[in-house]
Amino acid sequence: MKWLSKGKLVSVTGVCIITALVFQFIHFTIMSDIIFWIATILAGYPIAKNAFQAITLKVISIELLVTVAVIGALFIGEYSESAAVTFLFILGSYLEHRTLEKTRSSLKSLLDLAPLEARIVKDGKEEIIAAEDVQEKDILFIHSGEKVPADGRVIDGEAHVNEAAITGESIPVQKKANDKVFSGTIIDNGYLKVEAQKVGEDTTFSKILQLVEEAQDTKAKTQKFIEKFATYYTPSILVLSIGVFIITRDIRLALTFLVISCPGALVISAPVSIVAGIGNGAKRGILIKGGEITERAAKLSIIAFDKTGTLTVGKPQVAAIKTIEITENELLAVSAKAESFSEHHLARAILDEAAKKGVASNEKPENFQVFKGMGVIASIDGNSWLIGNRKMMAHNQVKINDDIEQYVYNEEVRGRTAVMIANGQQLKGIISISDRIRPEAAETIRLLKKAGKKVIMLTGDNERTAATVAAEVGISDYFAGLLPEQKVAKIKELQASGLMVGMVGDGINDAPAIATADVGIAMGGAGTDAAMETADIILMADRMEKLPFTLNLAQATVRNMQQNMFFAVSIVILLLVGVLSKTVFLASGMLIHELSVLIVILNAIRLLKFKSTGRSPINTNTNVFVTIPNQK
Amino acid sequence: MKNITFQVDDFICPSCVQKIEKVMSTQPGVNEVKVLFNAAKVKIKFDETTGSPEEYEGILTKLGSDVLSKKIS
Repeated sequence: MKWLSKGKLVSVTGVCIITALVFQFIHFTIMSDIIFWIATILAGYPIAKNAFQAITLKVISIELLVTVAVIGALFIGEYSESAAVTFLFILGSYLEHRTLEKTRSSLKSLLDLAPLEARIVKDGKEEIIAAEDVQEKDILFIHSGEKVPADGRVIDGEAHVNEAAITGESIPVQKKANDKVFSGTIIDNGYLKVEAQKVGEDTTFSKILQLVEEAQDTKAKTQKFIEKFATYYTPSILVLSIGVFIITRDIRLALTFLVISCPGALVISAPVSIVAGIGNGAKRGILIKGGEITERAAKLSIIAFDKTGTLTVGKPQVAAIKTIEITENELLAVSAKAESFSEHHLARAILDEAAKKGVASNEKPENFQVFKGMGVIASIDGNSWLIGNRKMMAHNQVKINDDIEQYVYNEEVRGRTAVMIANGQQLKGIISISDRIRPEAAETIRLLKKAGKKVIMLTGDNERTAATVAAEVGISDYFAGLLPEQKVAKIKELQASGLMVGMVGDGINDAPAIATADVGIAMGGAGTDAAMETADIILMADRMEKLPFTLNLAQATVRNMQQNMFFAVSIVILLLVGVLSKTVFLASGMLIHELSVLIVILNAIRLLKFKSTGRSPINTNTNVFVTIPNQK
Repeated sequence: MKNITFQVDDFICPSCVQKIEKVMSTQPGVNEVKVLFNAAKVKIKFDETTGSPEEYEGILTKLGSDVLSKKIS
């Protein structure tokens, strides 16, 4: 179907019908009948052609039924009806096409952000190539106003980058050497030299597009039911039509059934809402992986938060060091060495501090062992070193006197995590690590509570630190000292009590809990493939305040879907009643049918404009740059 | 086994999705058909020795979906 000519065809047929009506009005019947015929043939030809092509593949299409109805109408001399049916059918599909395009506009606008070209250095010369031809390890130059053509690491230069394509945030982020940049983001001002690390289909941007595309076609539960219903709808209407004809010999009635046999509005009611809802989120850096997840997210009754990296910034730093018969640098050096294989975020803080103090080394420990939820044991120069929490020390009979107990207690009350270091059974020191609480956390929790959600915190950290953080953000129910599997068990326990549980984490350390929850939500998904794979909802930007909006959006999408389905079912009933009571005939049947499809689509389009209500501005002041965008 | 993705003109009625799925899965060489209604894409997994992308394209056109682009991988 060529839509351009389709638009013309619609207008020509429309003009024909008006002319014919004018002739009818002045009782010039022959002329009006001829023009109705012309209109029927004009508009009916593409329908009949489609019908015929489908027949050759043994498919009974809606077009075929309409064609039969139209031929029947011509046969019994209802020329105005036949013209109106064909005209309404092509007008309807034309308008539906145009409006459907709009529901899918979010994905299209994302697609438009894709980078087209790249500036690379080849044999010492700068040249411009297509973005898809960039290879891993290529050195890219990106100037002000240009798009980053691949995911990579900054090797030189400094710039403010607009990462809206990835995170939905338009406030430019500062990038300097060693920072990650993403394909599709735009350099607002500055200049960067970047080494390409992920290209083509592997970039975060491509993954987002694929994810959104797949998500928009992941069916909601309700939808599956409706589709089953729709599969039987057309055949049953056909049987009804034939049955009615045999019993009543009323050809008009039988033909009208054919016209209303497409369950258009019904089948489209759920998918259009889902597309619009998911599209709305995608533009704001919120990726919801499909219809069923949208339905579940709308029903969440309890939200569990991980602490580190979720309620806190997740950049732990060494805040204080206490030593026992050892120098601070020695303690740091040995701890860093022992922890050098560890993936733990607390280990990272120790390694960073050691590097800062210049005592980091490349030597690796022997017999490195991780004890989940407790700490690590490693051999250094033949000595066994234990680094971990209270459980770890108690487990290995490390003696801890009252002074130390008091010291640890005070640190924990301040919201710090005390990491103990022992050589064999001798305690050698305590490194306190603190992590800033997110400025927007308290407000987010408040909004969630206001929306009637229960909020809890699950953390592997110690009781006192957990209590401090929980109090600060306004969570009264928290569970501390949990191992990853205990977090999972806790979630299962909540589910068993009949609650729909959402789990919010960073998607890396708490993957099992995120996978277990009814809805797993990962924050700061940009650049972390693990999070993008395990979570059901991904907040690309590391911004918690998007969470209340995400849940509101899910609810709005489900509401929209329900409105559409209710409306579509009502129309089906109305049409059946109308046809059977002979108040609806060919043209009016087609009109109601096409209108209902359009109304369903238009209702879904409202979702694209959905904005959260009652969001108070949260101050996350991170040296905001005000720039005047030179492009819309 | 090869994959081909057709980008077609927007689908109007989701029932055409079921139609395409049904017809395509009976074609020679076709192993798996996935029709993405919203993205207006038809993804076919096929055996290149017995199936032909040109034929599939012809069938899509016959079913009233114009093929805008195709990608074989």
